[in-house]
Amino acid sequence: MVAGVILVALVVYTLTGGADFGGGVLDLFARGKTGSAQRKVIDNAIGPVWEANHVWLILVIVLMFVCFPRAFAAVSTVLHIPLTLMLIGIVLRGTAFVFRHYDQPRWHHSWSRVFALASVWTPFFLGVSLGAVASGSFAFDATGHVQSNFVSEWLAPFPLSVGAFTVALFTLLGATYLTVEAEEADVREAFRSRALVAAVVTAGCAYVSLALAASGAPSLFTDLTQHVWSWGFQALTLALGTGLSASLWSRRYKMARVLVVLLVVAVELGWAASHVPYILPPDLTLADAAAPRNILVNTLRLLAIGSVVLVPSFVVLYRVFKGPRFWSLSQ
Amino acid sequence: MTDLFAARSQMAMSLAFHIVFAVVGIGMPLLMVVAEGLWLRTGNPVFRELARRWSKGTAILFAVGAVSGTVLSFELGLLWPGFMEFAGPIIGMPFSLEGFAFFTEAIFLGVYLYGWDRISPRLHWLAGIMVMVSGMLSGVFVLAANAWMNNPVGFEMADGVVTSIDPVAAMFNPGMLPTGLHMTVASFEAVGFAVAGIHAFVLLRNPNSAFHKAALAIALTVGGIAAVAQPATGHFSAQHVAEHQPVKLAAMEALWETTTDAPFTIGGLPDAATETTPYGLEIPYLLSFLAFDDFHAEVQGLDSVPVEDRPNVAVVHVAFEIMVGIGMWLMGLALVSGFMAWRVRGVPTSRPLLWALALSVPLGFIAVEAGWTVTEVGRQPWVIYEVMRTADAVTPVPHLVVPFLTFSALYLFLGIVVLVLLKNQVFATVDHEP
Repeated sequence: MVAGVILVALVVYTLTGGADFGGGVLDLFARGKTGSAQRKVIDNAIGPVWEANHVWLILVIVLMFVCFPRAFAAVSTVLHIPLTLMLIGIVLRGTAFVFRHYDQPRWHHSWSRVFALASVWTPFFLGVSLGAVASGSFAFDATGHVQSNFVSEWLAPFPLSVGAFTVALFTLLGATYLTVEAEEADVREAFRSRALVAAVVTAGCAYVSLALAASGAPSLFTDLTQHVWSWGFQALTLALGTGLSASLWSRRYKMARVLVVLLVVAVELGWAASHVPYILPPDLTLADAAAPRNILVNTLRLLAIGSVVLVPSFVVLYRVFKGPRFWSLSQ
Repeated sequence: MTDLFAARSQMAMSLAFHIVFAVVGIGMPLLMVVAEGLWLRTGNPVFRELARRWSKGTAILFAVGAVSGTVLSFELGLLWPGFMEFAGPIIGMPFSLEGFAFFTEAIFLGVYLYGWDRISPRLHWLAGIMVMVSGMLSGVFVLAANAWMNNPVGFEMADGVVTSIDPVAAMFNPGMLPTGLHMTVASFEAVGFAVAGIHAFVLLRNPNSAFHKAALAIALTVGGIAAVAQPATGHFSAQHVAEHQPVKLAAMEALWETTTDAPFTIGGLPDAATETTPYGLEIPYLLSFLAFDDFHAEVQGLDSVPVEDRPNVAVVHVAFEIMVGIGMWLMGLALVSGFMAWRVRGVPTSRPLLWALALSVPLGFIAVEAGWTVTEVGRQPWVIYEVMRTADAVTPVPHLVVPFLTFSALYLFLGIVVLVLLKNQVFATVDHEP
């Protein structure tokens, strides 16, 4: 149950915070005659919401160490290096974005570059870390301590490919959202073409990752290819991806936005399903890593109380800053 | 540099950096809410302009606080996995609540900063109140977790394994109230005096600006009230420490030997080799009285524990002296300002006072850093007081000096940029005087 909540928080983080990173990646490709108009749309879309969206990641971390302390300790020990690299990206992305707003114009370009590059860097190392966890390379010794050389778990083809996939997926998300939020037709066109390219790259990365999983993450590979449900999963993601590309192609942006959300949800659910019953395959199960039962129950209660405040607050935030284009469902 | 020392240095540096921005996140919303509230009541546009300009500085500082706070939440595991594996579930409750408080703070800060022209003034002011309340709660929850490290309660252990946990008892540990109170008041004091000092500095060049007078009045009132209240919360904290962490108190006061009629030592540089405090000025009986309300009470000295269980006395004592010294100076400044304001029936603008305020800009923050040095270094060698040693909590990852130096360089760079940006903001205010 708590694992489910963590998954939900991670999915929401991807759908909101991930799209903010995607916006940053698109900042890197914002050129041509609509370049500065694209930057403006990205800026307005991210500005008021990125800090709130970012808190989902903190919630994931807190729930991890409260409810699965053994897994948290093992992950932060083994993946010290990629997580540290990700943190540097988080710091640079957030600060560069704000500095760009408030610094003198002659520095805008430099801060934009830092913001854009950190927006690529950060999700890459997030993906590498998730890939390393999925690869099933965490080994525990007899005393229950994790054994590691701190490098080989993540500096391997499969985790690196998951990193690339994450960047592509976030870019696809960001670009698809922006096709809806852009007011001007030519800017919308620019985001449409970038979304289409991102869709192709994302699909490419997905299949490369899957191929590398055969040797790099064998249990994940088996689950994703040889289970009864796995064929349904493959068919579903393929259908969603194709539908998304078709909607972008035919400029049905509202539909595209729904499909890209469903696609992300499907990918993450599939990834999570392949993990069960393990939190750190191949040794540590969710049950083994979990905190005592009263802690889990207490945390769930706190989450229920917290969401009474949180959900209306988020509605207010998005109501105030996302215009009628964001909310209407008609094309 | 050993890996343990590098890890401690990285944690200390990250905390010292983040605390500045956390304090701003607690203090600034109050100033903005007061200014905007005055605008709503009086309709005087100076107050609205003031809240708007303050909000720009806050936007920069809040973003740095948000990302440096994220770094800390990861560093707990990256540097101290042993501690988190043990303590995570026990202190999870304040951390989970802090997550929600931070969510609310970030959401309404977005509304506040970007919503000036999008929502009605009253709703905008309410968003400011939400930021203020959630910022304070956020701080109190984190402090509850820290207080637990000093007062570890709410769990039972057998053979080094936790057998049962009471998360509510852990959160409402005896240290929660004194720590939360002392630090929240410290935040208002540090921010109030820093902002007052900046506007005092501008008033020195530009003595008739109604805008800066209004700013000085609000900031100095907030900082001044906090400064006068702070010795009382500090005394409450110290008595709590005397009862629950006698070794920390002994280090703060450089009291080497357990004694009755204990003196209070002002100044001096404790020397661990000779177990003396040369150059210190001793005031007889005062420590016994301050700690236990009795001039003759016995106060436990550092000799009550073996040498390997003592913190670095010189660091703790000197940091404590700095904190108390600054606290006294700011309280004096607050009383003088209050007296002068009463004399002139308005905002005091005497040049010596403005100079004293301008020179005191960083002092509140220095006192906050010194206070954290006292409580954190004073807890050593324990990460969880008398339960787990810091050395047993550290990660096995080697070469920790590399991330320490990397984050130090990154934060140094960010610190310089923030200072330059704030300087530009302040001088922009001078140029566009209304």
